[in-house]
Amino acid sequence: MGFLDTLFGRTKPVQPKLDDLFALPSAAITLQAATGFTPTGSGSVCFRAVEGKTFSDIQSDVRELLNMDAGKPGGGLPVEVTKDSYGFTWLVSSHLSDEVEALVTDLHAVNSALVDNGFGPQLLCTLVAFRDAEERRLALVYLYKRGTFYPFAPLSGERRDNALELQIKGTLGDELKIEQDLTKWFPVWGAPGL
Amino acid sequence: MARTRYAPDRGLTVRMTVTMFLLGLVFVAFVALLIGIMIAVHASGAAIVLVALVFGGGGAYISLFYSDKIALAAAGAHEVTPQEAPELHGIVDRLCALADMQKPRVAIAPTAMPNAFATGRNSEHAVLCVTEGLLSPRLGLTNEELEGVLAHELSHVAHKDVQVMTYASLLAIVAGLLVRFAFYSELFGGGRRSNNQSALPIILVIMVVSAVVYAISFLLIRLLSRYRELAADRSGALLTGQPSALMSALTKVSGAMSRIPTQDLRSAEPLNAFYFAPAMKLNGEGRQSLAGVFSTHPSLEKRLEELAKIQRQLGQTTPPQ
Repeated sequence: MGFLDTLFGRTKPVQPKLDDLFALPSAAITLQAATGFTPTGSGSVCFRAVEGKTFSDIQSDVRELLNMDAGKPGGGLPVEVTKDSYGFTWLVSSHLSDEVEALVTDLHAVNSALVDNGFGPQLLCTLVAFRDAEERRLALVYLYKRGTFYPFAPLSGERRDNALELQIKGTLGDELKIEQDLTKWFPVWGAPGL
Repeated sequence: MARTRYAPDRGLTVRMTVTMFLLGLVFVAFVALLIGIMIAVHASGAAIVLVALVFGGGGAYISLFYSDKIALAAAGAHEVTPQEAPELHGIVDRLCALADMQKPRVAIAPTAMPNAFATGRNSEHAVLCVTEGLLSPRLGLTNEELEGVLAHELSHVAHKDVQVMTYASLLAIVAGLLVRFAFYSELFGGGRRSNNQSALPIILVIMVVSAVVYAISFLLIRLLSRYRELAADRSGALLTGQPSALMSALTKVSGAMSRIPTQDLRSAEPLNAFYFAPAMKLNGEGRQSLAGVFSTHPSLEKRLEELAKIQRQLGQTTPPQ
């Protein structure tokens, strides 16, 4: 924030960074080779819905757009929309586990629809789910405002597998922009699609 | 460049500029006058002014530097970890990720009065405090409403309101000290007075001028404080995209506030300027306009009206270019 903005008590809403999301498919391959975690094919976009009809219209347009290909080869399942207890909306897109590219394209469609309509600042994070042979859960979370990723590995009972998270950080450090500030690695308990 | 729906409120900016300009003007005039007095060869006058500047400046600096610790101690609040208050931290985490700002520390104050404040000299030392009353099921704030309150407080942090208000009130502090010092030197400086006949009128002048400056700057600071509340409401509502949640939170908190016993409210009064809603209201029913001038917060009606404007702005079908 600039000096004048501080003086006048203004905050400029932060626009999201979208491009780094496309590094995900190749990172998924690295992750699989190094740790055995494979994509579940499910991913989601989390945003803060704005009240009013304008936003809900955009939201249903996006949903229709994504569902057009549903059921076709590579099109994945129809998207699910859920609202979490914090009031954030999650659009969950489900594909086959080898369709990470298509998944990322879906997620990007949501992003660009919001940005094109001037609602870019409402985007919070995107989440792509992974699983390993022991059924351990892992998500790569993309923070839109920073353009960085962080790993989130939930255990049962709202605990996190910090060791695994740090291991992933080391593994993917060259592939993805990993969030260096650990205080930004906030937990997304009960995120849909995880 | 992406289109934005978040146009700044130019009217508010202009009003804030005028207020700060006037404060600056009073400050310059005051300092010029003090220098004039010092040049007019006056040892005791100059000494008083210097002492007031040192004390006032030092006091302001300390209160700014330790603002987080002082406010937490005054509210009897303690910091909570994400394990102790997962919901609260969850909301703050998400808001900070949306706004791309550093997460402040989170504290809870054991007070029945529903309120929240944010303080700290900069964003690294910021602390966000809510009272137990705000979280209590009796008040019945939904998560969205609580989020609105927290977004308002985070906006105070983003706007560096603690710093801005400290600098703005520096003048009033010095002027207030000068009135006192001049008064005491008047009382106890009897011995020296016989040697220096000009001392009495000049100290009197300092006292009167300081009192006037204090009164004017006090009113201007309160005005500035009200504008900054509106600015925080605005940024908070734009951050969450839910002005109506903030509106209903404001209504609930203000309603509960009027039912709380006054003893509790009075103990909270020193923190008033930082609070989400004012703990002590000066206004009786019929004297709204006079009370409004002294208040640190705009009236509930004014705040709701401004939020309703944002609501309309967010609902526009075509975003402004």
